Parts: sequence; structure tokens; C-alpha cells
Amino acid sequence: MSAAAGVERGGLGAGGGGVAAMLGGALPPCADPAGELGKLLSGAYPDAGGRFGPFGGRFVPETLMGAMERLERAFAEAMADAAFVQSVAAQGRAWIGRPTPVMVAENLSRAWSGGGGGRVVLKREDLAHTGAHKINNALGQALLARRLGVERVIAETGAGQHGVATAAACARLGLPCRVYMGAVDVARQAPNVQRMRWLGAEVVAVQSGDRTLRAAVDEAFREWVRDPERTHYILGSAIGAHPFPLIVRTFQSVIGREARSQALELLGRLPEAAVACVGGGSNAIGFFHGFLGDGQVELLGAEAGGVGVGVGQHAATIAFGRPGVLHGCHSMLLQDAHGQVQDTRSICAGLDYPGVGPEHAFLSWIGRARYEPVQDAEALGALEDCCRLEGILPALEPSHALALARRWLGRNPSGTVLVNLCGRGDKDMPILMRAMEARAPDGHGADGHGAGAGGGGPVGAGGGTVGVGGAASAGGGQR
Amino acid sequence: MSVPSVGGERVARAIRSAGSGPALVAYVTAGFPSKGALAGLLGACAARAEVLEVGVPFSDPMADGATIQRSSRAALAQGVTLEWILGELAGLTPGLSAPVVLMSYLNPLLNLPGGLGGLGARCAAAGVSAVIVPDLPLEEHAPVRASLSAAGVGLVQLVSPVSAPGRVARAVRVSDGFTYAVTMTGVTGGRAGLGGEVLGYLAGVREAARGVGGAPVVAGFGIRGADQVRALAGVVDGVIVASALVEELERGGDVGALLAGLRGAGV
Ligand SMILES: Cc1ncc(COP(=O)(O)O)c(C=O)c1O
Repeated sequence: MSAAAGVERGGLGAGGGGVAAMLGGALPPCADPAGELGKLLSGAYPDAGGRFGPFGGRFVPETLMGAMERLERAFAEAMADAAFVQSVAAQGRAWIGRPTPVMVAENLSRAWSGGGGGRVVLKREDLAHTGAHKINNALGQALLARRLGVERVIAETGAGQHGVATAAACARLGLPCRVYMGAVDVARQAPNVQRMRWLGAEVVAVQSGDRTLRAAVDEAFREWVRDPERTHYILGSAIGAHPFPLIVRTFQSVIGREARSQALELLGRLPEAAVACVGGGSNAIGFFHGFLGDGQVELLGAEAGGVGVGVGQHAATIAFGRPGVLHGCHSMLLQDAHGQVQDTRSICAGLDYPGVGPEHAFLSWIGRARYEPVQDAEALGALEDCCRLEGILPALEPSHALALARRWLGRNPSGTVLVNLCGRGDKDMPILMRAMEARAPDGHGADGHGAGAGGGGPVGAGGGTVGVGGAASAGGGQR
Repeated sequence: MSVPSVGGERVARAIRSAGSGPALVAYVTAGFPSKGALAGLLGACAARAEVLEVGVPFSDPMADGATIQRSSRAALAQGVTLEWILGELAGLTPGLSAPVVLMSYLNPLLNLPGGLGGLGARCAAAGVSAVIVPDLPLEEHAPVRASLSAAGVGLVQLVSPVSAPGRVARAVRVSDGFTYAVTMTGVTGGRAGLGGEVLGYLAGVREAARGVGGAPVVAGFGIRGADQVRALAGVVDGVIVASALVEELERGGDVGALLAGLRGAGV
């Protein structure tokens, strides 16, 4: 697998289930994938140290340790409390609109399977309140924050979806909320910034670091260090120090649970593949968890391939990264030879992150899930097809998953692929309008984080079946 | 406490050797303001401080405020790496009167060729006496500590005002070189308010350390003025000056004078 080439340097992880160190050297290939998967399925992972095999852990400043331990305890108690679990489910139904539907996308199926009879099936997480899966975790953690008795909530956001979701959940629960958002993302996801403010949240534009999601997480952690006792940090993806990856996965697992039973009902069987996009990996991990034990279901994660395979051109962490520690956990990481975190690039803010949740690093290590980069132009092509053929405007993030599903159908023209359509694309209108303008004959895509696709090429032409323009698929043949 | 390493013992002795008032630990970001400045800067600091803390710049310094974020970014822009730092220190430490403590976030340490296993030997060869890793709590320290102590290099543990008493007790037992008592909840770069509650917490840490025959206790984060150093006399064994020193360098000022001023000389 692609990650194997990149893991020759230092590492730190569990050996034989404990936290014994793997001192230096390479991350060895997994000796017992079935056994490791068994530990995940049985709940032995994450272990007491927050490890999924060699990945995970809790690498945070001492000042946060008390808050992390409190959070871990409170979460365990909450999940053991039937009233809490019922309240999450009840609000999920009444306020979020769960269960979100599953549908067969007949037109995409025809267009993408080349007459092979294959099917694209969509889990419509875009229909969840506030427009993305992020609300599942935001609601769960906001309820947890109330149990913790904190005075306020902070959050980071990339695309703004987690910020909007957290702002909404805090409004409903009467908790003051401050959201950290990279200045680059404030500019490119403006509609969501306005929504957060209307929902009563304070939005802080982060000017430090790379001014995207990574800097927003850095800054949110710094703020939590300033006030660990009275603040809860609602981390929005399955990243960070233990117990965050577990908490986020738990609240997002509703996606996979629903999707599995809905697919069985709708199709009479399970799909052959389940595809989700992976930024930090929250929608993907919740979705995948529905199918982990179904060995016949191939699990595929779409990472942001950006505009190329070079340093700084993408955010495809598992494809091109090596093990490292960022934001409190040991996972795969885009970093240089000296352990400095690399800059990333993607048309979509939600996937523009150099790390990835430790459980995804683990699933890749044991071979249970595979992760492939999808470039900006290919995602835009899939987005365009989904709009024109299904009347659904997906967010740019799940458009990466759609593009990967399309690729999968190219390999399996008679197969059935279930895609987690984890968000709607309204927030992306500024980017999409620029992309459309850039199509004017003398237009050119703007540079930088996501203003245009394909580094100046014809935007949106990257393989859209019904798209304008005719450039070949940009991502499929890259590697 | 556990037996200190040779390096940790050297640091502890230097701290305890300070005359009146707490020992000074002077922090510099390696390669800031320039790579060429490191040698002169360490020499100037060694003339006034008991211990030198050399910061390895990191792209995502979670526990640092704006000043050290700036100096780290500037150092990285000049191509500073842990390899370069260890190479420079190997040449400089034999001539320095004060022991050197390396401060690094975990990820650059993991990326040393040979990984953590070789970390202790590499530090020892560079003349590094102890290491501070701000994102390595007690629960995760074992592999780093094992590598360092096998090579006679100490690992400093941090405690904070919100550390539970049990955590403080564990930290002072294993901390090797000194125990780093963070003065406040927050990142580096502010100004520590040293009210009775904070002084009480710091005194408690020192009492806990003494109770187990542990390493000296050094207060850090937000130490900027002679008034603070005076207030900490008799409460802790040393103080760390970091952001204030970096800001002095940004102004093109004289770090020797800054350190002398902190001791109260000439102020
Ligand atoms: C719609 C949507 N999908 C996906 C993501 C990526 O996050 P994750 O990988 O945690 O699901 C985001 C993040 O902002 C998002 O808004």
C-alpha cells in the first residue's frame, strides 16, 4: 500500500496491546490484521491509553490533562446512562431530522457504470439539520458539555459546517460559543461565517500558522489551555487526543448504523463498497463503523488530492504521509523529513488538513479500509454530475467521495456502491461561482487554497459526464 | 525519587548553585534571530544564567503564544532542523559554563534518524543535559525517558496550576533536571500574575519535590520582570525567561542586560 513507503522514520506506538514503545525505525506491517480488527470490533480498541494499535494516544500539555480525564470519565458515564443516550436519539429525530434517507441515484448509476448495471446509492446526510453530518457530533458533545457543567464552548472549523453545527447546538442548549476559523477559510466559506454569527456564536478569524483548519485547531487548543476548567472544546473531527476520536466516532456512528439497515431494506443486500471522504475522518469513521464487521463490504476513503502529488499540493495524509504526532495523537501525518508539518492544499476547506484520525490510520494499517486521493478537478466533475443528474448540490467534500465511487464503478461496472453524501454544497457557492466564471474562454482559475481547481485549468471539466469542457479525469491516473 | 541521570544532576546542581534569589534559565529559539547568532547568544546568556534552554522550532507549537510562534516560524524559514541544532551544540557545549536543556515538541524528536531509540545518545553527544517535551504528559513519557536516561540525559516533567495533587506527586518523583512548574493556565508569552494562590501552588510543588528528594522546581511562563523574580525568591529554585528574551532580541536589545535586570542588578 502507498503508505508503506513512507514510514521508515521514527515511530511510537503500542506493541502487543500495551503502550510499550516501538522505538524508532519503521512502522512494521501489521502482523495480524484479523486479530487487530477483532480488537477493534470487540471494543478492546481504543485501549486504556487511547490507542488503536500503534495509533492514537494523548499528547497534550499537562495543563489539559485534567480536562481530558474529566471528559473521558463524563463521556463513559453519559454513554452508560440510558437517559442521556435516549436524549441524543430523541433530539436526533426531532431536531436533526434523523434518520436521513438512503436512495438509489439512478441517473448517476447509468452515467457512471457505462451500461454495466452498477448502482450508486446515496446516504443523504446532506439532509441533516444545518446541512452536514457535523451536527451529529456537535449535538452529542454539546449535551456532554452541559453534563460537564462548563460555562462555555469553543470549537474549530474548516468548511464552517462544524462551526455552524456547534453554534446551532449551543444556541439550543443555551451555551455561549466561540468558533476558531482560519482566515483563509473565513474568506472562502463566507456563507457559513454569517450563519454562525446569526446563530449567536462569536467567530474568530485565525491569522496564525497556515490560516486554515490546522491553524484553527492549534488556536482552539491554545484557548482551551488558557481556560481548561470552565470550557469544553467541541472538536469537530475524529482527530486529537483520546478520548476525542472515540467520542466523535461514537456520535457519528449513527450514520453507519442507519445506512446499513436502510441499504438492506432498500437493496435486499449490502453494497459491495462504501465510500466516504476523509478530512479528519469523522463522517467516514461513523459511516465505516456500520460495515466494519461485514468483510465483503469494501471500505474506501477519499482524501483530498488537491492539484497534484507534490509537497503542498494536496491533503492526502494516508496516501502520502508517515506516522507522527499532531494535535495530541499519533497518526499518519503530512510532514517533512524533520517532523515539521507540511502545508496542504485542497479546493475544499473541510479536507484541507495535514493529519487524519488515528482510527483511519489503523484501518489503513490493518488493510480493512483503503484511502485514495481525489484531485480538485475530479471532485468538481462529480459535483457537477450530481447536480445535473440528480438535482442534488453536494458539498465539495463528499464530491471527493462521489468521484471515488465513480472510479470504483469504472473498476466494478456491475457493482453497488454506497456513498456517504455527508453535506450539501450551499456553503461552497462562492467557490463554485468563481469556478464557473473561470470557465469563460479567457478565464483562469485563481491560485491558492481552493479558489479554483486544477491550478488554472478549465474548472469543473475534470470528468463530469455532463460537464462543460472535456478535460480528462484529473485524479484517476495520477499515481 | 528515581535516580537522576548525570545530565539531570548537572542541571539540578547548576540551579542550586545560584547565589541569592532563584536561578535563571534563559530560553532561546535555536536559529533565531539567525542561525549565525546561536553561538554568541548562548555565550551571552551563559554569562548571566545558570541554565540555557534551547528551543527546537516546531510548525505547530500548541503550548506557545504569539512571540515564540514568531521566532519558531523565523527559525524554520532559515532551515533550522533538530539535526542542525544538535550539530551546533556538539561544538558549543564544551565551551559553555552553563548546562543546556533542549526544549522540543515530540514530533521533531520522533523524526530523528534512528527514531526515539537513538535520541538519548544523540543528545548526549551534543552535550545536552536534559530535555523538555511540552506535549509529553506522564502517561506517554516512558519511551522518551527510557532512551534519554540510558544515555545519561534527564527528562523534565511539567506541572500546572490545575494538575491534581496526585499528578504533581508523580511528576516530582520522576522529573530529572528540574520540575517545570507552569505559572498559569495558558500558553507562553503573557505575564504571570503572582498572587497568593499562584505562590501557594508553586510552594506546594516545591514542598512535594523536597519531600521525595526530587529535582529543583523552576517556574516558567510569563516571567518578564525583576519584581516577579523577587516575588519568587524562596518559593521556587529557579525561573525561566523565554518570550521576554525573544522579544528583547526582536528589538535588537541586549539579552545580557535583560538577564542582569531580572536579577535586580542595575534596576
Ligand atoms: C460536508 C463536510 N464533509 C466532510 C468534512 C470533513 O470532515 P470529516 O473528515 O471529519 O468528516 C467536512 C468538514 O468540514 C464537511 O463540512
